[in-house]
Amino acid sequence: MIFGFPVLSVAIWLPIIFGVLVLATGDDRNAPLARIIALVGAVLGFLVTIPLYTGFDKMTSAMQFVEMKDWIIRYNVHYHLGVDGISMLFILLNSFFTPLVVIAGWEVIEKRVAQYMGAFLIMSGIVNGVFAALDGVLFYVFWEAMLIPMFVIIGVWGGPNRVYAAIKFFLYTLLGSLLMLIALLYLYNQSGGSFEILDFHQVPIPMTAQILIFFAFFMAFAVKVPMFPVHTWLPDAHVEAPTGGSVVLAAIMLKVGAYGFLRFSMPITPDASHALAGFMIGLSLIAVVYIGLVALTQSDMKKLVAYSSISHMGFVTLGFFIFNAYGIEGALIQMISHGFVSGALFLCIGVLYDRMHSRNIADYGGVVNTMPVFAAFFMLFAMANSGLPGTSGFVGEFTVILGAVKANFWYAFAAATTLIFGAAYTLWMYKRVIFGAVANSHVAELTDIGLREKLVLGILALAVLGMGVYPLPFTEIMHASVNDLLVHVARSKL
Amino acid sequence: MNLATNLFHAGAEIFLLTMICFILIADQFIGKTSKMPTYILVHLTLLCCSIVTVATHTPGVAVTFNNMFVDDLMSDVLKLLAYLTVAMMLVYSRAYLVARGLFTSEFMLLALFSLLGMMVMISACNFLTLYLGLELLSLSMYAMVALQRDSAVATESAMKYFILGALASGLLLYGMSMIYGATGTLDVYAVSTSIAKGVYNPQLLAFGLVFIVAGLAFKLGVVPFHMWVPDVYHGAPTAVTMLIGSAPKLAAFAFVMRILAEALQPLQGQWSTMLAILAILSIAIGNLSAIAQTNIKRMFAYSTIAHMGYLCLGVLTGNIEGYSSAMFYVVTYVLMTLGGFGMIMLLSREGFEADNLADYKGLNQRSPWLAFLMLLLMFSMAGVPPTVGFYAKFAVLQSVVQTGHYALAIIAVLFSLIGAFFYLRVVKLMYFDAPESHEPIHYRPDTSLLITFNGLGILFLGLLPGTLMSVCAVSVQQSLLLH
Repeated sequence: MIFGFPVLSVAIWLPIIFGVLVLATGDDRNAPLARIIALVGAVLGFLVTIPLYTGFDKMTSAMQFVEMKDWIIRYNVHYHLGVDGISMLFILLNSFFTPLVVIAGWEVIEKRVAQYMGAFLIMSGIVNGVFAALDGVLFYVFWEAMLIPMFVIIGVWGGPNRVYAAIKFFLYTLLGSLLMLIALLYLYNQSGGSFEILDFHQVPIPMTAQILIFFAFFMAFAVKVPMFPVHTWLPDAHVEAPTGGSVVLAAIMLKVGAYGFLRFSMPITPDASHALAGFMIGLSLIAVVYIGLVALTQSDMKKLVAYSSISHMGFVTLGFFIFNAYGIEGALIQMISHGFVSGALFLCIGVLYDRMHSRNIADYGGVVNTMPVFAAFFMLFAMANSGLPGTSGFVGEFTVILGAVKANFWYAFAAATTLIFGAAYTLWMYKRVIFGAVANSHVAELTDIGLREKLVLGILALAVLGMGVYPLPFTEIMHASVNDLLVHVARSKL
Repeated sequence: MNLATNLFHAGAEIFLLTMICFILIADQFIGKTSKMPTYILVHLTLLCCSIVTVATHTPGVAVTFNNMFVDDLMSDVLKLLAYLTVAMMLVYSRAYLVARGLFTSEFMLLALFSLLGMMVMISACNFLTLYLGLELLSLSMYAMVALQRDSAVATESAMKYFILGALASGLLLYGMSMIYGATGTLDVYAVSTSIAKGVYNPQLLAFGLVFIVAGLAFKLGVVPFHMWVPDVYHGAPTAVTMLIGSAPKLAAFAFVMRILAEALQPLQGQWSTMLAILAILSIAIGNLSAIAQTNIKRMFAYSTIAHMGYLCLGVLTGNIEGYSSAMFYVVTYVLMTLGGFGMIMLLSREGFEADNLADYKGLNQRSPWLAFLMLLLMFSMAGVPPTVGFYAKFAVLQSVVQTGHYALAIIAVLFSLIGAFFYLRVVKLMYFDAPESHEPIHYRPDTSLLITFNGLGILFLGLLPGTLMSVCAVSVQQSLLLH
């Protein structure tokens, strides 16, 4: 709360209310109205989250902007919201992306506009809820509710194989969530009847139970991150989703899983986390190296960026489970940076797809001749994806590697290969698509990006550069919370 | 207790019976040209019944008619829900029945008779009253399934329902007689005390218990006693399926509570194991078989089997938490079932049953609002928040985890994942596929309004489930502790 104004509740419910309003505009005869309401809602949704940053107290690791009301008295469930240095930035990131997604789909989406825009706004509110929830049941409700709009978005506006991708996405994520529900119920009984996440952090749990709970949470979060070997839904979902869906998936949804590790797995089961750190690091490094190699062989641009996302998220989980401040802060920066960069890359691919209706690398070539401005933007994001210093991609990866060196040299060695693989697959794709002679008559007819696209990509370019040059505004927010988390995780809960 | 108190506590039942007799006669005069007056009279009766039930409510538990009949908060809540369910069923099915020539006073009166049977079951406190209520309910149901005389499918399913139902009643009676033999009483509370005191023949009692559980399993339709469910659901007119699938489950819950949770509470260890097996089999086979269905009524039948499995999970924990979670489950289940079958009837026309999954293709393009409501219903049945179906599963799982049955909880959630698939398939058909027919949907104000109320109710209860959960908990607590 800030001056009695429930910022978090507004950040959650305002987009949802606007989403319902957009849905209420009905069929495509009212499409212009639906677009305008959606844009107003998305922009307002972002503006109301700004007080979260300006009013944030960087010195404390305690929860801020707390709201607490009874919700289900019978099970002692509360409508309990609050943010700390770990979750606050993701609410901003999510609310920041919603207007971009709305603008990106402005003209491109022609059928069932109201439902498309409405689904995105509702999802934006729900995702804010996931990051703000401090009650286990509330978290779970937001966590699962997120699936419904995404399922519809992929299934209705997606590509040819959308039905398969949508159902695979839903069932994969549901599997993980259901086991997490059992873990939450166990913790509820163990903590003497409280669903407060912060109470869960204090409950002593025997080792066997910790391991089982760790795996229950692992199933839920690893599927969302996604970690090797449960990543196979992501390339399908990404390829089939419409551009906006891919952006939200990559920029926001993947972060939800990683956030779960920080909020649940590590503080609730610290001993299991330490015991299984080798396992987690192993999976993370497989993701970084193996998935990086897989990305190299892709012929579909979206699939390539999807695999690159998995590889980058491997960095994030690596950073978490080496248990030092560099690792975790680097991972958090990497998450935000990856949000900007992968979101931007999917938007770039969307720009090409809208014009050519193909995502095949082989169908392109020499795009720079017809779309020079676009090529410049794409270049920047490609460089950021390969971790070029001066872009946000570098800050996160470098800090994680620094942390990994402290933990074990060989972790860092394996992780650092991403700088090579990442550069290889991204720049090679860039070269094949953008450079060279004009490949065919379709490329020759391409028109450069318009004002709407320039605006979206320009904003993201500023964010990527700004974060790369001056990351302090981001890192100073998370210091206190990350240090507190590390202290907490170092204590045994047996 | 004197006669006046006895009659006071059974006020709603007596009123309903009187009204049924009155409507039977009145219909001969007012229902000659149109059945509308009778229809309105039936609704008025249901409304008055709920007023009587509320008016005759007394705090605590009142046992009347020489321990044959009990009036407590749980029975009042369940009865009120049963009135609501029957009233909603009548509204949903009116146009459907008119189009098929089934909108007759027989249909409405049989529905009221079955309601009376449910009420007797809900308030029964003696094995004989329980059986009386059950038979009144079942016989009305058999007749209703067979109401469509010319339809071979309906007749066949009525026959099947009758034979298997009679068999189940036989099993139940046999079990009851053994319990009588073992304990020397048919009174629910006296059975419990005599078992607790150890005054019984253990072998006979164990046999009795097995027969009783088997009989109950038949009535609930849980595996392996589920064979009748898909055929009856499929064969009966949708309006009757809706009735079979909804309100009787409320009565069945009360039945399970009176017999297992009260009379046979001391044997909880034994029947819990039996219920665990039944529950897991139901959840597994219900969810797996539902995948293979192309007829949505059959799909709902298998989904009901799975839902009843979850209900058993709640009951088998043998504590108040578990019973109240089961009650919450059955209430939400009834709401979802009404919505689901309501949708089928809403989309059906004269000479056309919207009971194939393919009929739902592209519903979002024909009617976004109906598709959205159906989406809510499907996600609720699958147990995805923010719909009320999630909290039902949540409460049941919580009581299962609380009593330490982790394996049961994990198996249950894994099969509910499989279950999610066929609910998702309906959503997929509605949203992702192109419509096959462009026949305009006839919106009737009463049914459209009711389905909206029904669907949004599921969402509303999903956002604020606290009150209903507390009501269930309090009523179960009172009826178990205060006698």
